[in-house]
Amino acid sequence: MHLDGILLLQQLINGISKGSLYALIALGYTMVYGIIELINFAHGDVFMLGSFTAVTLVGLFGITNSPLTDPLAIIGVLTATFLITMTATGLLGVVIERVAYRPLRNAPKLAPLISAIGVSYILQNVGSAWKGPATINFPKIFPDTQYILFSNGSSDVRVRTTTLLVLASSLILMVALTLFVQRTKLGKAMRATAMDRETAQLMGIGVNFTIGLTFFIGAALAGGGGLLYGLLIGGVQFQIGFQAGLRAFTAAVLGGIGNIPGAMLGGFLIGMVEAMSDNFLDARWTQAVVFGVLILILVFRPSGLLGQRVAEKV
Amino acid sequence: MQQTTTIDRAGSPGFFPPARRASRRSMIAALVVGTLLVLLPVPELLRANGILELPGRGLYGQSNLNAAADTGVFVLLALGLNIVVGYAGLLDLGYAAFFAIGTYSYAILASSLFQFHVPFWIMLFASGLITALFGVAFGAPTLRLRGDYLAIVTLGFGEIVPTFILNLKDLTNGTDGIAGIDKPAIGSFVIGAGNDNIAFYYLALILAVGMIFVVNRLRDSRIGRAWMAIREDELAAASMGINTTLTKLLAFGLGAGISGFAGTFYGAHLGFASPDQFSFSQSVLILCMVILGGMGNLWGVILGAVVIYLLQTVILIQLNNWLNDLGRTIHFDPLINLNLSANIFFIYGTILVLFMLFRPEGLLPSNRRRAELHPETAAISEAERQEIYDTREAGQADPDTKGGT
Repeated sequence: MHLDGILLLQQLINGISKGSLYALIALGYTMVYGIIELINFAHGDVFMLGSFTAVTLVGLFGITNSPLTDPLAIIGVLTATFLITMTATGLLGVVIERVAYRPLRNAPKLAPLISAIGVSYILQNVGSAWKGPATINFPKIFPDTQYILFSNGSSDVRVRTTTLLVLASSLILMVALTLFVQRTKLGKAMRATAMDRETAQLMGIGVNFTIGLTFFIGAALAGGGGLLYGLLIGGVQFQIGFQAGLRAFTAAVLGGIGNIPGAMLGGFLIGMVEAMSDNFLDARWTQAVVFGVLILILVFRPSGLLGQRVAEKV
Repeated sequence: MQQTTTIDRAGSPGFFPPARRASRRSMIAALVVGTLLVLLPVPELLRANGILELPGRGLYGQSNLNAAADTGVFVLLALGLNIVVGYAGLLDLGYAAFFAIGTYSYAILASSLFQFHVPFWIMLFASGLITALFGVAFGAPTLRLRGDYLAIVTLGFGEIVPTFILNLKDLTNGTDGIAGIDKPAIGSFVIGAGNDNIAFYYLALILAVGMIFVVNRLRDSRIGRAWMAIREDELAAASMGINTTLTKLLAFGLGAGISGFAGTFYGAHLGFASPDQFSFSQSVLILCMVILGGMGNLWGVILGAVVIYLLQTVILIQLNNWLNDLGRTIHFDPLINLNLSANIFFIYGTILVLFMLFRPEGLLPSNRRRAELHPETAAISEAERQEIYDTREAGQADPDTKGGT
């Protein structure tokens, strides 16, 4: 098979748009891991519930089959859906932390991880009880035009409005997060808590509040990701969280877990690995390819691409 | 202060030891449970031969014996995972992958698919060995990773194996699965001929009891104590001269091997293997058994396996029928349409969370874990006292003493 430049470019675009979603979810994994060294297994399912919240809201706004045409209405609906979904999942994240993880903060390390697996199953069941087991259609909020970027006569590279929106919104969210973590006092508190919880507490930082905030932000980003996923894929189902969550986790590890720019980079890379594997290998092998990547990174470079090599705390 | 009294009392010869009473009690319990287990198929045997007239539904019956035989499979799996998670402290989230390899080894080598018909009794150990080799091959590069990373890597492995089974159609028959797997035979007697579960039940019982014996001996061996030392403190264990990598690899390989052993029986009993039997949920189910029962305690994980498997296959269905009937009598729609089995993983999830929060040591904890998690309760010193007494009482059986003389 000769390498088709057009096809490659098209897959690159697909990969980047899917990857930006993984990046959004990966941020939640990486932030939580950075601050309490917990693989928040339930994070993918928070993302799934985010997409369910979004599809419910869009239905409540009265959008069923025909997309809106009025630009103001589109912006209004999108903003409202974003804000409500992100707040809802953010609060869910805080509740999960409060109920299932905080009491285990000083327990043996595997206890919160097992608890997180339990929460993941509970959330999946909530999802399937809420919307049923079948894939539900995610209505188009705006007309999805396809733009042709390049063309060589026989085939062309296309980009959809949705892809652009997904890219733009995830980039905005990531920039906002970076600014928050780097420039604000709360962000500084988060970094301090991640660095050394006890010292941070001695410096007067409310550690519990800061950890709760981290969960809120991580879960809110996953919720936003859920909405964008619905728009991009066009359908949501209660098991999407497991798959997407694992890929996002792989992305977080690839970038270097605990490292925020690393999670973004990892997300884009995993999105591209997935698109390339879907297209050039076969979609049925993608799962194995992604996990193969995960295992290889963990074995050969557990610190990830951007992470620093840190000795395990004894 | 408390400790000195403990040792004094346990050591004094005139003291009537609570441990002795306890061990006699547990022997009686074992005898009762054992007799019940052996006699379980008798009503069905009598009914099937027309000797006794029994109503169609009850604890006997083919379907319940079927469930009882499968419970044996899950007891084996829980014992195997307990070695990895409970003894060596390595969280394995992809245990079902090894189970899959075991089942498929038997399914491929003993079915009409390729016309290989390797005898069950050989495959029981051969697929255990194959699976153990997979476990070692997978564990060798990954076991150096820290706990939570290892969990994720095993999860990845647990996802990769079913993907391969699904896609290597020439070898595994893909999504269709492999049907017509050979049943075990002793001479001309075929176990499970005519869909009879009684012989299968006894086979499961024998395999489970044999494995309990093996694992029990392993736990008290040098290797078993090395596993627990690593679980408690890897650094300290290494300084005591334990080769941690090799010991962990052994736990991983043995755990995998046991699931291959269980997989062979499972394939023979079910007569069918398909990739969707070995999903992540299956791994979580087995983990749930280990945690519910009591990580690190042999009898605990057996209890966990029995409780969860029977909960899923017998109790929940009966309860559901009963609730549906109740709903119909009182004309309450939600009860009529209630389907507990559909929400089974909600129940498992809740078990995991609640047990981690309130009883991380499980239903039947090992003494050591209970002491670790609840150092303040008085019951612990009692348990410790028993343990110390047991060790002294055993005397010659104690490997430490033996090594010294």
